[in-house]
Amino acid sequence: MTVLPREARWAVADTATLTGRTLAHWARRPGEVLVGLLFPVLLLLMFGYLFGGAMAVPGDADYREFLLPGMVAMTMLFGVETTYTAVAVDTARGVTDRFRSLPMSRAAVVTGRALADLLHSAAALAVVLGCGVLIGWQPHRGPLRALAAVALLLLLRFAMIWLGVYLALLLRRPETVAALQILVWPLGFASNAFVAPSTMPGWLAAVAAWNPLSATVAAARDLFGNPGWGADSWPAEHAVALAVAWPLLLVAVFLPLSVLRWQRLGR
Amino acid sequence: MGRDGPAIEAEGLRKRYGDLVALDGVDLAVPAGTVCAVLGVNGAGKSTLVRILTTLLRADAGTARVAGFDVRRQADRARAHLGLVGQHAAVDEILGGRQNLVLFGRLHHLSPARAAARADELLDRFDLSAAADRPVATWSGGMRRRLDLAAALIVDPPVLFLDEPTTGLDPRARSDVWDAVRALVDAGATVLLTTQYLEEADRLADTVRVLDHGRVTAAGTPEELKSTLGGDRIDVVLHHPDDLAAAETAVTAATGVAPTVDRAALRLSVPVTDRVAALAAVLRAVDAAGLRAGDVAVRRPTLDEVFLHLTDVRTEVPA
Repeated sequence: MTVLPREARWAVADTATLTGRTLAHWARRPGEVLVGLLFPVLLLLMFGYLFGGAMAVPGDADYREFLLPGMVAMTMLFGVETTYTAVAVDTARGVTDRFRSLPMSRAAVVTGRALADLLHSAAALAVVLGCGVLIGWQPHRGPLRALAAVALLLLLRFAMIWLGVYLALLLRRPETVAALQILVWPLGFASNAFVAPSTMPGWLAAVAAWNPLSATVAAARDLFGNPGWGADSWPAEHAVALAVAWPLLLVAVFLPLSVLRWQRLGR
Repeated sequence: MGRDGPAIEAEGLRKRYGDLVALDGVDLAVPAGTVCAVLGVNGAGKSTLVRILTTLLRADAGTARVAGFDVRRQADRARAHLGLVGQHAAVDEILGGRQNLVLFGRLHHLSPARAAARADELLDRFDLSAAADRPVATWSGGMRRRLDLAAALIVDPPVLFLDEPTTGLDPRARSDVWDAVRALVDAGATVLLTTQYLEEADRLADTVRVLDHGRVTAAGTPEELKSTLGGDRIDVVLHHPDDLAAAETAVTAATGVAPTVDRAALRLSVPVTDRVAALAAVLRAVDAAGLRAGDVAVRRPTLDEVFLHLTDVRTEVPA
């Protein structure tokens, strides 16, 4: 067994250092982390108990059973704002430049970010699923399929990391996150997360059906054994395949774009 | 050091952003153990120069070496030999000061124990130990600057770049930074600093480069630059603004040169060659005109005057 080349060892060590930096942020600002973790729970309770009575779910299914996969997938989508803010703050404050002036691994700046964000999202996922269990949600198709659903949710979050990094390096302004929110929310709601796409006007129904979020939501409902809208369109029939393909496609687009943007910091 | 020779070298550096020429062929050689000040107004190209020399930015043309290492082809080795203090205090505001220094130490690949020990040394040296565990967001601007400087010194880099290190600082914090820079140079470091403050260049620098529209328009020691303005000046400070016009006439007659007039300070300033004869002539002329002068003094030109002279030549519309 040969030892890893120096660059690879540094990449691993620097990734660990930068992930540790974000963990230290959480320890410094536990309130912020708590609010971040509880926000989706708040949404879950709001939708579950306030709107739940007015929502018609196919069959006689429980709305909260139906709602939960949609809510956790939304949380993964909103993660793009977390990534964006962290990278934009570092870039605007000159911390990114300081990293670039150090003899450290270039890749670690992003892999450290990615690892920390995935940890955060995994924690958020655990909290929301845990709260789901408390209000009557549960997976019905066994632990392996449930884990597969969790993996697909985190895959969506992984794709959002690259979108967030790309946008942050492009715009470089932390305060622009407000504009990002305005774009992300409609994208979240124009999906099958809360209502059936078939109830929407034609063009919006098509957007909702093909929305990457819809693929992950439908796949998670399927794998958790929770009620869904049924497979009434091609994307709905191939939800699991699309829940893998969409995030991979997003990564394939935004990872190289992020690398390009990173290199353009030096031009 | 990679080899003998200047600690910082640049030849023919050019950089443009679209139509804007940021650097238009800059040459530079800073001997090891000296301080070079790059003086210029906003937009003169100072930050672009620093960003190229610290490997952050790629030049369109030209080469540069830091500690003997080419900033482009041997970027990692150059990075291991340089420290950068940028225009922003580039530190993590959520973390404490000690955490910041340990973080950057680890990214320099120091062991955890070494990084921690180094952090404590630097906190002590920059008088930051008392606040070390408070989040940097709660620190004053001067403290953040010192932390920023400490972060650049983690591995005792032989070459240090300071991009407007005292901009926005109060006089006390500024003098702290100056002391720190002097201590570094005494310990053998080479420093390149950019500044808009002539006084800063005058106090700290062994050599000065005046950068204007991306070109070095003057280079030399502060004294050499001052002597390019041709010798001494005589200042006449009046009591009443009403006397300015009469004094201007009197001084022009006495020296043969029209003085520059600072109306706010009620001061006339005129370059002279023979200081003693000229001083006597000015005093007689002021007296003969029946004017009361508050002060008359002979002095060397300031770097401000050098700077204004050099940039006026090329700038039609004064800022």
